[in-house]
Amino acid sequence: MINFEIDGKPVSVPKNGTVMDGANQLGIYIPHFCYHKKLSIAANCRMCLVQVEKAPKPLPACATPAMEGMKVFTHSGQAVTAQKGVMEFLLINHPLDCPICDQGGECQLQDLAVGYGASSSRYTETKRVVANKNLGPLISTDMTRCIHCTRCVRFGQEIAGIMELGMVGRGEHSEILAFVGKTVDSELSGNVIDLCPVGALVSKPFRYSARTWELSRRKSISPHCGLGSNLIVQIKQNRVMRVLPRENEEINECWLSDKDRFSYEGLNSEERLTRPMIKQGGVWQECDWQTALEFVANGLKDVKEKYGAESIGALGSAHSTLEELYLLQKLVRGLGSASVDHRVRQSDFRADSQMQGAPWLGMPIAEISQLKSLLVIGSTLRKDHPLLAHRIRQAVKHGAELNVINPIDDDLLTKVRNRAIVAPDKMVSMLAEVLKAIAELKGVEIPDDAKNALSTVSASDTARAIAISLSDNKPAAIFIGNLAQHHPRYTDICKLAQHIAQISDVRFGVLGEAANSVGAYIAGAVPFGNRFGNRNADTAGDRHGGQGANASQMLGMDDAASGTGCKAYILLNLEPELDCYNTQRAVRTLAAADLVVMMTAYKSHAAIQDNYADVLLPIAPFTETSGTFVSTEGRVQSFNGVVAPLGETRPAWKVLRVLGNILQLDGFDYETSEQVRGDVLPAGNDVSAWLNSRLGSLAVNPIEAGKENKGSEGLQRIGEVPIYQADLIVRRAESLQRTRDAAAPLAWMSGSLMAQLGLQTEEVIRLKQEEGEVQLPVAQDDKLPANCIRIASAHPSTAALGGMFDQITVEKS
Amino acid sequence: MLSEQERREIEAHARHYPNNRAVCIEALKIVQQHRGWVSNEGIADVAEALQMKPAELESVATFYNMIFRKPVGKHVILLCDSVSCWIMGYERLRQHLGDRLGIRPGQTTADGRFTLLPNVCLGACDHAPVMMVDEAHYQDLDPARIDEILASYQQEEEKSTDGNAAHS
Ligand code: SF4
Ligand code: FES
Ligand code: FES
Repeated sequence: MINFEIDGKPVSVPKNGTVMDGANQLGIYIPHFCYHKKLSIAANCRMCLVQVEKAPKPLPACATPAMEGMKVFTHSGQAVTAQKGVMEFLLINHPLDCPICDQGGECQLQDLAVGYGASSSRYTETKRVVANKNLGPLISTDMTRCIHCTRCVRFGQEIAGIMELGMVGRGEHSEILAFVGKTVDSELSGNVIDLCPVGALVSKPFRYSARTWELSRRKSISPHCGLGSNLIVQIKQNRVMRVLPRENEEINECWLSDKDRFSYEGLNSEERLTRPMIKQGGVWQECDWQTALEFVANGLKDVKEKYGAESIGALGSAHSTLEELYLLQKLVRGLGSASVDHRVRQSDFRADSQMQGAPWLGMPIAEISQLKSLLVIGSTLRKDHPLLAHRIRQAVKHGAELNVINPIDDDLLTKVRNRAIVAPDKMVSMLAEVLKAIAELKGVEIPDDAKNALSTVSASDTARAIAISLSDNKPAAIFIGNLAQHHPRYTDICKLAQHIAQISDVRFGVLGEAANSVGAYIAGAVPFGNRFGNRNADTAGDRHGGQGANASQMLGMDDAASGTGCKAYILLNLEPELDCYNTQRAVRTLAAADLVVMMTAYKSHAAIQDNYADVLLPIAPFTETSGTFVSTEGRVQSFNGVVAPLGETRPAWKVLRVLGNILQLDGFDYETSEQVRGDVLPAGNDVSAWLNSRLGSLAVNPIEAGKENKGSEGLQRIGEVPIYQADLIVRRAESLQRTRDAAAPLAWMSGSLMAQLGLQTEEVIRLKQEEGEVQLPVAQDDKLPANCIRIASAHPSTAALGGMFDQITVEKS
Repeated sequence: MLSEQERREIEAHARHYPNNRAVCIEALKIVQQHRGWVSNEGIADVAEALQMKPAELESVATFYNMIFRKPVGKHVILLCDSVSCWIMGYERLRQHLGDRLGIRPGQTTADGRFTLLPNVCLGACDHAPVMMVDEAHYQDLDPARIDEILASYQQEEEKSTDGNAAHS
């Protein structure tokens, strides 16, 4: 530690610490622009000049290393003169157009100009003007205001992992721009808006819509990815105007993904459902709540009488709150059915009987940056978990080895040590190879339940390299991504990964797909009752024989259980034509049901046009209800509604409560969502005892060699969920929908497959799965494994297709 | 795409540097040598070869005066506009050069022969005003001297094109 003094106060900082670090510790404010605690030191704005004893000139606090016995003065005559001088220079070319600048009221330059600037300028020469740039649909520019602090440039290089903005030119001619006509496409791009200390980079969707002092700030939690990023939601006249990060070093630090930041536009979408709607005689009509709820209750009672309670099923979303999912399952179980699930994109449920707890990250989010080796299995990491990917990049920057087993090879913007890019149906055998390699390496027996399956497997060099990476570098972790969770052999993937983790003694976790992926299990929104979580373990479903139908069975997506669809469905916060593993079958199955109740915040086109729904109940999105999300690291975060529900919208927990009452079920007399939460979570909200990604004893299925290629048969679909299609809100966020990441799906395949099928880039082809067919243009990606076609799921233009990882056939059209 | 020759030359330089980024200035110079200037495509080519982002290379390329991001004429005149030269009559020279060539700084003559660019201190302040034409350095300039210098380039060119002209 180095001891020194700032403004007469003693302080000590670690070796390599700076004067700025010391000042931060003491809570002494030194004016600054280019300095940012999460970015490297650039020392180019000079605003932080301070006086240092024995130094002939003022020194920049951000870049001056602390030295033993140093005496620093931040407010002395010399320091203040220097700071004022710098301010005068900064303002020479600044347009001072605060009245029309969106940053006004939250601008560091404005604030510091008040403190250090002169009241009028001595500069009479012409000012410099810089042309604005088009950086895409999210960031608006006013480059004349730029003070060249390069925060935005460093953010790209150091945090987003890709330098999209650069500073070109020199001196007077410097400007910030993206390389020739490029836009800024990073999934973290919005953070430069927060970082820019002036109004050069501002939010395009928010532009000119409000002044910061008109907005009230409310705390909330992001409902999108599994991280549970902390939000500030800003409100004006009961409308969400903007979302900003709320700093939480353990979760999102000071960042937000663009999905978290800009999705709010979807909350104010035209498509919001504001009154209940009923379909009568094939015609949709608005109605009042009373009518709608009675219709639902009667419908459910009818179905129960006619077909038995088991024919009622409920499907929730992991983007819904703990309280909502708890009441949903309680309602269904109260009616006597155990068919409730939230895992609508999962296709392999073999592990259900062997689950030991809610699958979770297996470690705190914050510790990811300290890992020394990682194996990520089946993930579009950057798009599914933007900030987790950032943590992993930080780990790699500090020397961690990143290994991936994936059917796709998108740029992770970081070094990948070993990569096994294999077709979906070879992922299991790849993992088996790694297990074999690690067992050999450690000289241990292959665990019994995998022995048979592994008898024909021999480890490749890549598998061995991955095994060595995991065993030689500690701490290490294995993470199962979304693609693997949707994979038709999820159980085997999980089981093998778990063995590898055990033998190499590393952490093992499942990357939560949605904000409440862990909470959904804990709420009991799974068909196997309440073996963990959910303190009221004796709910009716279990008494009525335990195991209900899972999502796949309920939606007719499970071949082995065809014809098991329900007669009545309650869908919570879902659009089945986009949100399921096999959307084609889901819609078909729902259309055949007697009653489909949709609790949703939106007028879902498909539900109305395809006519599979019978009632639409307008429920509140996360900003209009209180609730709780349990994040992928098992963190329980409750939040309040930040605006009043739109129109006649009601919080879903209240709707379910009333339904429970109308149906005269026990235990539906909650007055607050906190009471609901109190029924689910233990005192103190510590759910750690229920977190467990491991599976009990369960044999790994035999490893088949990859299927032979027979022309266009034997082609596999790789169906990922595009980043801006992942949930109902983001789908309706207009600006995000204009980004490159929201481009319409293409049929991506390798050049060799194109040659083999005689296809050209951009040629429109017909793609078929089961009875569904779509037409898409071909696009080339030579990094895709042979015989695979990557076609996004969760998109209207591919909704007619079938399973996300099933076979697909191609025809020229 | 980099030509074979460009690639080879860049690789030869790369051996002297600790990492790819360090060789980027040389690489840009090589591309410029072969193509006359560094186009957007040139930036993208070098970026790909060195595994850098175009935005980063663009920052480097535009920082240095001697990397041309726009097409230049056969000869590039770099006229010093820093303080010593300014004091010693830069403005008069700029005017004169501009009149003679019929262009303003930043432009190229219609015949593609000369490009006139302002430049920061050329390091010969004791002989200000100063300019460079391509690799050659000229100091203690005045309008008369400038006429001489321009004429010498004109003559030299006529000499070299004479042969061709005779046949046509
Ligand atoms: S645009 Fe903003 S963040 Fe970027 S250099 Fe200019 S002032 Fe700094
Ligand atoms: S904050 Fe220190 S130089 Fe910019
Ligand atoms: S100022 Fe012109 S050479 Fe130095």
